[in-house]
Amino acid sequence: MTAVWITVSGLCVATAVIKGFGPVVFGGRDLPGLLARAIPLLAPALLAALVVTETFGGTGRALVLDARVGGLIVAGFGIWRRWPLVVVVLLAAAATALLRAIG
Amino acid sequence: MPPARVPATCVAPAQPAEPDTLRTQAPARDRVLAGLRAGLPYGAASLLLGLSFGVLARPLMGPAATIVMSTIVFAGSAQFAALAVLSAGGGAAAAIIAGMLLNLRFVPMGIAIAPSLRAGPLGRALRGQAIVDASWALANRGGGRFDIEFLLGSTLAQYPAWVGGTVVGALAGGLIGNPRALGLDAIFPAFFLGLLVAELRRAEARPVAVMGGAIALVLMPLTPAGVPIIVAAAAVFVTAGFRR
Repeated sequence: MTAVWITVSGLCVATAVIKGFGPVVFGGRDLPGLLARAIPLLAPALLAALVVTETFGGTGRALVLDARVGGLIVAGFGIWRRWPLVVVVLLAAAATALLRAIG
Repeated sequence: MPPARVPATCVAPAQPAEPDTLRTQAPARDRVLAGLRAGLPYGAASLLLGLSFGVLARPLMGPAATIVMSTIVFAGSAQFAALAVLSAGGGAAAAIIAGMLLNLRFVPMGIAIAPSLRAGPLGRALRGQAIVDASWALANRGGGRFDIEFLLGSTLAQYPAWVGGTVVGALAGGLIGNPRALGLDAIFPAFFLGLLVAELRRAEARPVAVMGGAIALVLMPLTPAGVPIIVAAAAVFVTAGFRR
């Protein structure tokens, strides 16, 4: 029980510091050249890494191939067809659930 | 790289409420509302993610700590990571480190929005708390500029959904069943894919995305969760250092 509350409060403080760091230290002025060149490319790299880790992540150090891949393919199709995000997300979940139910 | 921006020193830095005349954009309130609208679909997804967090966390953490965590931490992937460590029998320190590793990507994201912030240090730190993946990506105006009011509005659409979903999941988890059987763990990848595809419309984003994805794939079996994402971000800075 205590470990849970330590985790909650510790992660709260850590997250606030992490999110506040850039705005406080680099706020209100132009970034130095290297950072300014890198920032526009940051989003695609981060988002691609997040897609990969959330699709193939398991507990601990692992690559897991499971029904989420089917959900991601369905999501990709929906995004390509420009369906609304809510529809895309629900269909991805439904496809994943279906694959698990029959697999 | 952004063409001849007026130096930030021309603007009184300690007056966040003062209208920013340098950026000829819609009024602040309109941009908050536009962000709110753009954030609504991500709020709907956050609701389902919060729901599954509530359901999964409750048996281990109890409903109170589960709800408080979503309210004061408000970082989905970090909360799931910390929960995974606690579920595996790990201690608080390991759980906090796991969550921090997943949150460390908010450091470069915070640096990215920093030049767009026109407030004192405390005001900037507070606005930084609104950084979440979807809002940050949606508020990106290219060339290193971010629409901060839009970002705030977008997060305003997602925060109550994340907390509300957690409340429902933590209190009524028994009625919902296993979030995995419902495929709710496929929401995160679908959510991020939607944001990624929007980025890929820019040609220069494509090789970087391939690099980020490949780094994550290679490192996932080797490193703790979160590290592959940070290395993917670090690689962007390294490659930017080599160009020009």
